Amino acid sequence: MSILLDKDTTFIVQGITGREAVNLTKECLDYGSKVVGGVTPGRKGREVHGVPVFDTVAQAVAHHGGPIDGSVVTVPPAFTKDAVLEAIENGIELIVVVTERIPRGDVAEMVELADMRGARIIGPNCLGLIVPEVCKMGGIGGPAKDAAKAYQPGRVGVMSRSGGMTTEISSSLTQAGLGVSTAVSIGGDAIIGSAYAELMPYFEADEQTEAIVIYTEPGGRMEAQLAEWVKDNNSRLPIVAFMAGKFMDDEEMKGMSFGHAGTIVEGVEDTATEKIARLEAAGIRVVERIDEIPDVVKEKLGATA
Amino acid sequence: MRFYEYEARKIVELAGVPVTKYGFCTSAEEARKVAEEIGGPVVIKSQVLTGGRMKAGGVKFADTPEEAAQHAEEILKLEINGHMPRGVLVDPKAEVKQEYYAGVVWDGTAKKPLMLFSDMGGIDIEEVAEKHPEHVGKGHVSNLLPVSDFEAKQVVAATGVTGSQLNRATPVLARLARLFRENDMTLAEINPLAELTDGSFVALDAHMEMEAEAVGRQKKLLRKELGIAEDDTRETYEPSDFEKNVGAIDAADHRGVIQGKDHGFTGNLGLVIGAGGGSLTLTDAVRNQGGQPANYSEIGGNPSVAKACGLAKEVLEKDGVEKIAVMMSIVSNTRVDIVARGVIKACLELGKDPGETIAIFRIPGAWEDEGFKILEKYGVEYCDRSVSMWEAAGRAVSKIQGAPA
Amino acid sequence: MPEQLNKVFIDVEVEDSIRNDAAIAAKLEEVCPVDIYKDAGGAVEIVDSNVDECVLCRLCIEASPPGTVHVKKLYDGTELQ
Repeated sequence: MSILLDKDTTFIVQGITGREAVNLTKECLDYGSKVVGGVTPGRKGREVHGVPVFDTVAQAVAHHGGPIDGSVVTVPPAFTKDAVLEAIENGIELIVVVTERIPRGDVAEMVELADMRGARIIGPNCLGLIVPEVCKMGGIGGPAKDAAKAYQPGRVGVMSRSGGMTTEISSSLTQAGLGVSTAVSIGGDAIIGSAYAELMPYFEADEQTEAIVIYTEPGGRMEAQLAEWVKDNNSRLPIVAFMAGKFMDDEEMKGMSFGHAGTIVEGVEDTATEKIARLEAAGIRVVERIDEIPDVVKEKLGATA
Repeated sequence: MRFYEYEARKIVELAGVPVTKYGFCTSAEEARKVAEEIGGPVVIKSQVLTGGRMKAGGVKFADTPEEAAQHAEEILKLEINGHMPRGVLVDPKAEVKQEYYAGVVWDGTAKKPLMLFSDMGGIDIEEVAEKHPEHVGKGHVSNLLPVSDFEAKQVVAATGVTGSQLNRATPVLARLARLFRENDMTLAEINPLAELTDGSFVALDAHMEMEAEAVGRQKKLLRKELGIAEDDTRETYEPSDFEKNVGAIDAADHRGVIQGKDHGFTGNLGLVIGAGGGSLTLTDAVRNQGGQPANYSEIGGNPSVAKACGLAKEVLEKDGVEKIAVMMSIVSNTRVDIVARGVIKACLELGKDPGETIAIFRIPGAWEDEGFKILEKYGVEYCDRSVSMWEAAGRAVSKIQGAPA
Repeated sequence: MPEQLNKVFIDVEVEDSIRNDAAIAAKLEEVCPVDIYKDAGGAVEIVDSNVDECVLCRLCIEASPPGTVHVKKLYDGTELQ
């Protein structure tokens, strides 16, 4: 099995006529994903790699003849909030927001509406999610043949604040013969739709997933939130974490952000050192080196078997 | 984006929060005039974007306009934590009965703004929260629904404040929450919020920060109301030539994105690395294996050969750089062969041997076979995904440490 | 200002037979995503400073008669087919 996606998942691409969106659509189609429509206001009647383009999400739903499961939103930051609200109000329940540089207030607004309507947002500032050999929603892993090289079906769930590192880590798990159950690029912003702790219940319920790997960075409290969740829920899943950006704890780096907008450290609890301590206190193994991940996962799986 | 106190006060004033009749001055003469208009004892406060001004002597009291002018003269010349003041604020010395704290911050876990109120103002709120949690009220506001006064009232009342104080503090906190949302702030605080001897409430000091991503849509406030110039970006430090040059190369070509930072980096190993998370991972990997990075950088979004070349050249031309390491996490959009061409070209254009200058090239992914052919031809050591980012960084470090100083 | 090198990795040549073909000149300028070809008043002109930006997309080869446009990969001595 998998989380959030399966072989029948249908989705649209909002902003489908943009340059990156055209590529992403082709990649998803090549991978076997069911892209059932696209939306770009004013471009109704066109096609992108055979996918029909509409002016509104409502038109796409009507054309499909029934509810559509998801949407990949890749429109400029000033229009993203409206596009996401449009998707939610048209019954779409899984929304991947690719766009970066969206003000936090807009993100918070769309997340609050999603919560009210029972929808889930992944991102913003993310590459989407992938279930190896089943479905890819977003640019994650790149062209179908590259995605196949890095992502083979397997036992480990991956969540990462960096899109590129989602693939790097998944590739190392694939090479080690462990494979990936579902990998989610959760996004690099300070406020995101789905933090680690919010996705844990899905992985917990997924029989295929036997362990979790997370990639984390300085900034924000989502690692502390995960540590709490693990303590409160007595999770069956061993978690292995990798923390990048430790150099940002240096005195000279104070107040700076590197890599992603969300790495800005706004309080003592946000530093790499503090996060590592919190994760370890919850029994989450934090590896020092990125290449230790597969071996530590194997060790953990051996211990639970 | 950070604001000076005089701007933060203007922001709360625009939101309907009472302030004292203050004046912003850039000369001793102006300070004298403002003090005369105020008539009575005044406070002169340095306007700097850093904390600790009280300790540094950046806040002084004066009984006469002459004394005010004299203090202003001194404070205007006083550097605090490496910052020269933009001016001074001349404020009437308030007759304070009680100091409170009112603030709004983001709660990233709840994904909502969080209102904070305390009847122990004038000191650091984190300290109060730790030592006297019963004196701090907290409450979230919705991102969708309008902020109602009762929500602020609940937060104020939670600290035990009642009577006319409750009724005066409530609208202040509610207005602060509204301005936080409307103006895309990441921090909005009034500390102290003072109750004067006549029972009125005024903001005696305010601290605001606006989210960088929202600066473009807050032009009315920034340019019109506050008169902040477009190029006044309030960076935490002055960008270096390296940072400016990389920024200019990036802006000149829309293909791909590059970034370079060298604030706080002084090493000999230049880093041409990517993408966001990969750069963080690789910078740590170099440092943790004893290497000394000369800079931080990011490559992403499939840059042109010229852009990759431009970044590599800037890194190579930094003082003290002996070699560069070209490394990324697995790429799916950025092309290996294009980056390889760019970095090799940078070496050639600077008259350097790519095989000697590039300590390691570790970019697996899109078009890697084509890229590896290019690297092969120029004798550059490269590796694919079977060599981890940690190991690649380690190879670069051992190469540069083996090189003559 | 350091010297800028061109055609380090890629070289592009067009046969004389199409050099002054206005239709092909316009077509090549249109299809090349990195502006290697310029339509110089009905003649094909190669923009030297853009040649190394070639992304090996083959669009120029497909847009002209067989064997008239040559894209050479100087780093391995082969020609794009």
